[in-house]
Amino acid sequence: MAELFSKKNKEALTTPLLKNNPVTLQVLGICSALAVTSKLAPAVVMGLSVTIIVAMANVVISLIRNTIPNRIRIIIQLVVVAALVTMVSEVLKAFAYDVSVQLSVYIGLIITNCILMGRLEAFAMQNGPWASFLDGIGNGVGYALILVIVAFFRELFGSGTLFDIQVIPQALYDAGYINNGLMLMAPMAFFLIAGIIWVQRAKDKSLQED
Amino acid sequence: MAAKKYVCKVCGYTHEGNSAPDACPLCKAGSDQFDVVAEAGAEQEEKPKKKGINTNSDFYAIIYAAIVVVIVAILLAGVSSALKPMQDENIRLDKMKQILASLHIADVKDAKAEFEQVVKKDAVIDSNGNEKMATGGFDVANDAITPDNLPIYVCEVDGEEKYVIPMTGQGLWGAIWGYMAVNSDGNSIYGVYFSHASETPGLGAEIAGSKFTSLFDGKNIMDGGEIALQAVKGRLSNEATQVNAISGATITCNGVNAMLKKCLGNYKAFLAAKQQPVTNVETTPCCASDSICSDAGTKSTEE
Repeated sequence: MAELFSKKNKEALTTPLLKNNPVTLQVLGICSALAVTSKLAPAVVMGLSVTIIVAMANVVISLIRNTIPNRIRIIIQLVVVAALVTMVSEVLKAFAYDVSVQLSVYIGLIITNCILMGRLEAFAMQNGPWASFLDGIGNGVGYALILVIVAFFRELFGSGTLFDIQVIPQALYDAGYINNGLMLMAPMAFFLIAGIIWVQRAKDKSLQED
Repeated sequence: MAAKKYVCKVCGYTHEGNSAPDACPLCKAGSDQFDVVAEAGAEQEEKPKKKGINTNSDFYAIIYAAIVVVIVAILLAGVSSALKPMQDENIRLDKMKQILASLHIADVKDAKAEFEQVVKKDAVIDSNGNEKMATGGFDVANDAITPDNLPIYVCEVDGEEKYVIPMTGQGLWGAIWGYMAVNSDGNSIYGVYFSHASETPGLGAEIAGSKFTSLFDGKNIMDGGEIALQAVKGRLSNEATQVNAISGATITCNGVNAMLKKCLGNYKAFLAAKQQPVTNVETTPCCASDSICSDAGTKSTEE
């Protein structure tokens, strides 16, 4: 822990982006990846919120990791996460009301996001605060990345818009093009995530399982 | 991970690497003066054992949980009460923006000033159309609206009087609500605003979009003395009071219809009175309501 960016810390930050992505390889946080990805804007804000909260929760748990009684560690982790999420939600309501209205239930959903519990249990319980912070940022960004990719395709083909701005020209609609309603349904997120997993594993043979 | 720790016996300098350095950079002692301590990776596993308290005992777990809960509770209570005034103000501002949106006034910088200029009166009426209070309608929370406690906003846009009626209902996943701006004839719609807590994005959530709300402009609320305004599927059987529903959002649109019927129904007497101002005179409670209203008016100004 002598250097801030030792090899190990760098790995904690960068591997979750692709090699050990929380969504496509750890297969965590799928539930929220379905819920918030029909439009880009909520996907981006959700990605940001999760990044901040995973990083903060990782730091807190890492700081108290040696004092946590082993048998109630999950409960303690849950309490910390729930408290953080509630605080972020309150702060948003006070300072960025429009954003909090837009996110409505999704902020609360962060508590149930398995990425949080997964990272707390797998990383923060064994590592120092700084490494845990980087791990949280890495996993949050990795999660946000997949969300944005999925939301991009779902919004583009489902609504013909990106960030609520019309991108598919009217001429195409006049020629008979119709928005794909299936894109807006939750199952389509499954198909897209499966597609991403397929592409990723086809490109990187080391990720393939026997 | 293969890094080992070498500690200089002379000065205590710690070196991390696969082998001891040739000479200590601090005291120049040779490599033979270094002791191997441990692998760097093993350091973390040792830490918990250093603790004097048995973290596995029941007593420790109970005390620990209690302390954590108390700390978290204090933190949350502190954050919540510190931010409460700002949140309430935001909620009030947002309500003003929603009411203004139903009047086609969007993207205002200072919603409060605009609201005070446009909204002349926020009265409370009952289901008979009698005014109970001349002011204070804005402070009636959405879940406090009952047939005897109906807020109504009397607004002035471009010199014309409009009435804004708040509406609340239930969509597919959660609450839906909105504001209906009615022209001074008490029947035709000037504008409408819908919002929702958690409808499906791209489907039910589209009720909040301008594509859907603009369909209501110019429609009539009532037909033959009954609330007839509806969002329907397929061909419209009555152009004057029906709008096209959103395909794929049947349950949300049914919720909108139920909301229109229930909430506008409460205002039936009020709207009917506006449609035929002459018939209103013959009803006796007119004077009584006047006195009630003036009483209530003075009360609220005292507050």
